[in-house]
Amino acid sequence: MTIEVRIPTILRPFTDGERAVDGKGDTVAELIEYLEANHAGIKERLVEDGGVRRFVNVYVNDEDIRYTGGLDTSLTDGDTVVILPAVAGG
Amino acid sequence: MLIIDRATHDAIIEHARRDHPDEACGVVAGPAGSDRPARHVPMLNAARSPTFYEFDSGDLLKLYREMDENDEEPVVIYHSHTATEAYPSRTDISLAQEPGAHYVLVSTRDGAHDNGPVDFRSFRIVDGVVSEEEVTLVERYDDDVSPTQKAADR
Repeated sequence: MTIEVRIPTILRPFTDGERAVDGKGDTVAELIEYLEANHAGIKERLVEDGGVRRFVNVYVNDEDIRYTGGLDTSLTDGDTVVILPAVAGG
Repeated sequence: MLIIDRATHDAIIEHARRDHPDEACGVVAGPAGSDRPARHVPMLNAARSPTFYEFDSGDLLKLYREMDENDEEPVVIYHSHTATEAYPSRTDISLAQEPGAHYVLVSTRDGAHDNGPVDFRSFRIVDGVVSEEEVTLVERYDDDVSPTQKAADR
């Protein structure tokens, strides 16, 4: 099974500049482990304290996973995952 | 250096004044690699706060999808400060995650939201380091090609 993962500019140093990579996993958590195995260091930029970082948005088929179960959100073959840094400040 | 057309510059100031006393925020997209802020997209401040701004997560996805389809990138990311100077706050610096963007700050403090002069300043924020850059206003860009036109040419 293959999941397409869209990588934002700031994380492309982890993917040799690739804008999108293939991933695998039954949940977002598993997908992130898969990404980490292939692009070491990326997990720490996505996850903290067992959840998605506050200022990183992860979408599965256009749904922000904050509203669909967080890292436990399930994935199926052909899903598209988009990672976007929040645009925020004070 | 940030080169920006006067109409977009004025529209950003107008947006900041309109949303005062809350912070206003938005982007100016431009053709990828052009460094030309061409398409002003005012965004909703989902935080609706005088001291914080954040794009709504659904709006953010829609914006990036549009930019992808148009082969654009966020050339400028702007927001206003409503009671402090137009300089990145510690929060701005720690949350800046678009290393290629010009971060524009405007200040609507001290009556600038009404009709006083509005500070309009531009910065690069990369890995927690802020560098201010010159802002050059132009009436229009030379050999203007709209993003839509460029996409259609492909």
